Amino acid sequence: MNGTSFGRLLRSGALALAGTLAAWSGAASADTIKVGIIGPFSGPFALQGKNFQAGAEAWLAQNGKSVAGHDIELVYRDLPTANPQQARALAQELIVKDKVQYLGGVYFTPDAMAITPLLKQGNVPLVIFNAATSAIMTSSPLVVRTSFTTAQTASPLGKATVDRGIKKFVSVVTDYGPGVDAEGAFKKAVTAAGGEVVESIRMPLNTTEFSPIMQRIRDAGAQGVFAFLPSGPPTLGFVKSFSDTGLKQAGVKLFATGDLTQESDLPALGEAASGMVTSFHYAVSHDSEINKRFVAAAEKAIGAPDLLSFPAVGAYDGLFVIAKMIAATGGKQDAEKAVEAVKGLAWESPRGPVKIDPETRHLTQTIYLREVAKDAQGRWINKEIASFPDQGDPGLAK
Amino acid sequence: MQTALSIAMDAFAYGMALFIICIGLSLTMGLMRVVNLAHGAFAMIGGYIASYVARDLGLGYGFAILLAMIGTVLIALPLERLLYRRIYDRSELSQVLMTIGITFCVIGITNYIFGPTLKTIPLPTGLAHPIDLGFRSIAGHRLFVIASGLVVAGGLWFLIERTGFGIHLRAAVENVAMARALGIRTEIIYAASFALAIALSAFGGVVGAEFLPIEPYYALRYMVTFLVVVSVGGAGSIGGALAACLLLGAIDVTGRYLMPEFGNFFFYLAVILVVCTFPRGLMGRARSHG
Repeated sequence: MNGTSFGRLLRSGALALAGTLAAWSGAASADTIKVGIIGPFSGPFALQGKNFQAGAEAWLAQNGKSVAGHDIELVYRDLPTANPQQARALAQELIVKDKVQYLGGVYFTPDAMAITPLLKQGNVPLVIFNAATSAIMTSSPLVVRTSFTTAQTASPLGKATVDRGIKKFVSVVTDYGPGVDAEGAFKKAVTAAGGEVVESIRMPLNTTEFSPIMQRIRDAGAQGVFAFLPSGPPTLGFVKSFSDTGLKQAGVKLFATGDLTQESDLPALGEAASGMVTSFHYAVSHDSEINKRFVAAAEKAIGAPDLLSFPAVGAYDGLFVIAKMIAATGGKQDAEKAVEAVKGLAWESPRGPVKIDPETRHLTQTIYLREVAKDAQGRWINKEIASFPDQGDPGLAK
Repeated sequence: MQTALSIAMDAFAYGMALFIICIGLSLTMGLMRVVNLAHGAFAMIGGYIASYVARDLGLGYGFAILLAMIGTVLIALPLERLLYRRIYDRSELSQVLMTIGITFCVIGITNYIFGPTLKTIPLPTGLAHPIDLGFRSIAGHRLFVIASGLVVAGGLWFLIERTGFGIHLRAAVENVAMARALGIRTEIIYAASFALAIALSAFGGVVGAEFLPIEPYYALRYMVTFLVVVSVGGAGSIGGALAACLLLGAIDVTGRYLMPEFGNFFFYLAVILVVCTFPRGLMGRARSHG
């Protein structure tokens, strides 16, 4: 061994030692609780991930970065599209390597399903900001959800439409988990209210040309259409096709869950969606003092006002719940105690009064009936026209 | 009968929109032998320019189409000079790698400049409203798309089969060395046909935006559809591309009407059958050995 390489060895050894010492002292002096947030921060769904981030940062901006003397540090991990294997790997890395005490985020159901089996062993609760399939909650007792379920938002629409004198429906949904959930929930609710779904159409996920679907609706002679498509480019084609093929002019009414008219898509949908009635848990235009403050903070975090939509409120409330968990456990890592502490927790969210159902650990909340209309400034909004308070998740009701 | 007519009309319009977008790709692949996976990216750039011109600057639809075509070509020409020219004679693998790289760059840049949301191109009032055809009403822009498709097909056929430029282009495709020896400036011919293909893609991106909305992932989302159309039609053949678009459009639309739950089954079944029966596509040219 010659002199130079020995010197290099010595130097790197010293550096490594210094690094270890620094890490040690860092862990000992400051009490920082890490929260891992998994979401689509790049790729086709980046806008939804940005909304996670904006909601979480809005909460920190309003409430400060520490809870009961414990600093909160958010660790973001990017999962661009639904990918259960990668979701599991990211969650594992967050738990084992980054030593997070809480997991949050998750946009897609398959990802949530892949993460839940890790929670018990990792002693980490998961607070879901979006993934909206009912069944996730039964997969682990350490999951809490601050978003909505498709069944929860679709069910109130059943009665509301029949009350408007429309009895004969065609349901059109995208052929995947949440779409099938929506179809079932709407049919059940409409039938219970005395209406009828005469035809149920399922479209493949990548459908871009909707006029044949519109032709079927016309042939079925329905008075109303219930639609569910995931947020994104196809919703524009669907809504345009509905008015272009003359169904709108013929007086057929289009109803949907709020996924179709999320605020970030509204400037593009505009006139074509005007008058469309949707049901959802949150509209950015919701009129309350808390929401105004939330929207101001979240718009600042996201950069441009027309990018803000529903995933932000899920993240904002998610952080509220995580803060309550931190306070209840005194900063100690105890997943069971943390989840126990927030069961039955009720608070005023930007969307209205909400409560975590102790049985399902899902939010009981108000579902609003909204109409696409212009506000005083000429911006397209989801204008709330009726509300259905205290809606649980019918998808989980036995 | 009414229903059948109505579906035929939808299929025709959808097929024509596909044709306008894909014909440029068919030309680059068939005549210039470049597998240009970035074709959709150029259609998307056209859509963005048109949206900016029509929505933010408030100019008319015609202007939007024109500026979109010119603007996209201006962006594409330096790329042709700097990048594409290097891969004309390379293997398909290098072409695929480079053009998919360009696609990702375009996606990233548009996402950065225009943001991730959908962009619409406002239609003039004449095209925006449904027009009553007696047996049904159809959106005005669909009739416009059909007419545009026919004009593009006719114009291209005339250009390639009946003009001096067309003769030079076909000569350069058949045998580059011989064409050069006869004094044909093949680089210029290639650059011009590349520009033409790009202008057509931009045109397609704009008029097809009602079917395929403009957003940053446009370039990747519809890539497979575009490639399928070209391979079914046979690269480089105008008639083939037209036949493929109309056939696939008809099968897709009818399949979705009759049995939506089968999804894309009929579309891909048709693709498999055509490709098995005609390995070079419906009207593909045999590869010359030049």
